[in-house]
Amino acid sequence: MQTTLEPQTSFEVSDKGFYGHFGGAFIPEMLYPNVEELRQNYLNIINDPAFQAEFWQLLEDYVGRPTPLFLARRLSEKVGATVYLKREDLCHTGAHKVNNTIGQILVAQRLGKKRIVAETGAGQHGVATATVCALMGLECIVYMGSIDMERQKPNVDRMRMLGATVVPATSGSQTLKDATNEAMRHWINNPVDTHYIIGSVVGPHPYPDMVARFQSVISEEVKKQLFAKTGRQNPDYVVACVGGGSNAAGAFFHYLNEPTVRLVAAEAAGQGVNSGHSAATTALGKPGVLHGSRTILMQTEDGQVIEPYSISAGLDYPGIGPLHAHLFDSGRGDFYAISDDEALQAGFQLSKLEGIIPALESAHALAALEKMNLKPDDVVVVCLSGRGDKDLSTYSKHL
Amino acid sequence: MTLTQNRITDLFSQKSERLLNVYFTAGFPQLNDTMTILRGLQAAGVDLVEIGMPYSDPVADGETIQQSNGKALDNGMSLKTLFDQLEGCRQEQSSDPVTVPILLMGYINPVLQYGVEAFCKKCQEVGVDGVILPDLPLDLYLADYAPTFREYGILNVNLITPQTTESRIRHIDEESDGFIYMVSSASITGSTKGISDSMRAYFERIQAMNLRNPRLIGFGINNHDTFDTACEYANGAIVGSAFIRHLEEKGTSADSILEFVHTIRA
Repeated sequence: MQTTLEPQTSFEVSDKGFYGHFGGAFIPEMLYPNVEELRQNYLNIINDPAFQAEFWQLLEDYVGRPTPLFLARRLSEKVGATVYLKREDLCHTGAHKVNNTIGQILVAQRLGKKRIVAETGAGQHGVATATVCALMGLECIVYMGSIDMERQKPNVDRMRMLGATVVPATSGSQTLKDATNEAMRHWINNPVDTHYIIGSVVGPHPYPDMVARFQSVISEEVKKQLFAKTGRQNPDYVVACVGGGSNAAGAFFHYLNEPTVRLVAAEAAGQGVNSGHSAATTALGKPGVLHGSRTILMQTEDGQVIEPYSISAGLDYPGIGPLHAHLFDSGRGDFYAISDDEALQAGFQLSKLEGIIPALESAHALAALEKMNLKPDDVVVVCLSGRGDKDLSTYSKHL
Repeated sequence: MTLTQNRITDLFSQKSERLLNVYFTAGFPQLNDTMTILRGLQAAGVDLVEIGMPYSDPVADGETIQQSNGKALDNGMSLKTLFDQLEGCRQEQSSDPVTVPILLMGYINPVLQYGVEAFCKKCQEVGVDGVILPDLPLDLYLADYAPTFREYGILNVNLITPQTTESRIRHIDEESDGFIYMVSSASITGSTKGISDSMRAYFERIQAMNLRNPRLIGFGINNHDTFDTACEYANGAIVGSAFIRHLEEKGTSADSILEFVHTIRA
């Protein structure tokens, strides 16, 4: 990148879709009309008062927002700081993903689209997409890596029960990256009447910005709730897991320009950062282009994408969103690599200390607390992105 | 823009009808097949050759080309190896110099990792005339890379599709040199069957625009009939997946390649 570089002090997306060095819309001409249609319309649509009214009503009445901000007393004692959990696991469908799918289905309706295509890793985004398609009566096709279909079977069944067609992605590592490739291909083949609901803050501009805006409800609520509970809006730390990074983008959003708040991202180190079986993107990656944007990417010297690995299907992705790449590159965010074992232990610990079984993705965020050198008067908000029901078979192997 | 004089522009100034451009993936079916297939295509009389730079995630391509990309990468193909294989192919003193125009087709990430300037310089050195990078959109190309490509005389071929607006086609035509790659339908490679009425309507619409660049139609051209139809509406056509399937079934011998090209041209 040369002339498209933007000033690096801002965490807002530029007109061309860049956060610092990262972002943009690297898409084949076959997708240009769709992405351009979205780019030209998304801000007008989502800023329209009628859209806002419908979006907020659905978040309240259907999703169950606001989600609680829970003071985890026993966990706080254990880690030696005051820890609040933002309970996105209590959203309808069991994770934060539905905040975004509600927003995007309303955008798709206003663009006159008849069919929805989506990709999913752990199945949470697929379920959230299938849910809103059922709600709005739109056809829904979800691509999912065939390996992920095995390890997240309850979510496959949920999607089917909701009326979605789940298509196995059988190429490459048969996980989230390949499901994304297949969903993009489907969109290329059906450009006019189909909207692609991307589930994370990845993909070509305007997706990262649009998804971050829909997820920003998380930090918007945290500010109000923390103030009500403590008299301060700003914690010392906000912690979230990052695969693509949508729950993190939402949890960080209203703190991006609050330098006293440290933004902490937990990535999946799998069997260890240097084990060859990892998804710790910032530790292992370098700048590159995948799925429509320039970001930090796990790749070979020749620019071939390296297959990632994580016990958590939702974090099993070789890149991160361009906003997160910029947070890492600029030093605004602290990135920790959390191994499978550390995540599992954090998941078991939360279950026993607080009676909450977290998704394996969220367990990575919890595991970061052990590495942060917290002080007793620190206030920490952890985004508990999803619930662990879907991961019971994995947890049970390690009980 | 002034046309850069290279083998592609020379070709189009000499021949404007029934041009056949054949795609194959470098390093497929075997790592060292590149020159065999390139020379075979030249001997069979194709007008341009498009060599695929294999990529792990070729989203604009269908199953056939994706699998050939995966196999080529498993074989150990890389951009560096491809350039090594092409080294010296244009030298007249070699026994069978390659004179056919060569395009490299692939995705932007491996090119970025190689370094855009180093890539263009190497293309010029080994005699590559143009590139097709589907995920490098025109605006990003113009903003960042066009001067480098022009400095080394490497043509950047842009795509249009049935959904590309007229004003964007005009813009692409203005900023392109070499030829325009007309994607026949809303599709990935290797996925369309036959030429539909709506495809013909699109071909006629573009034909009537009197663009300054010649046009080659690609995606869905897989036999004599589809090649013939494409040639009614454009300067020629591009065949990819069908040739990959042929190489897989019939091998890379000169006879096999000649047979394929004859089948298409008949």
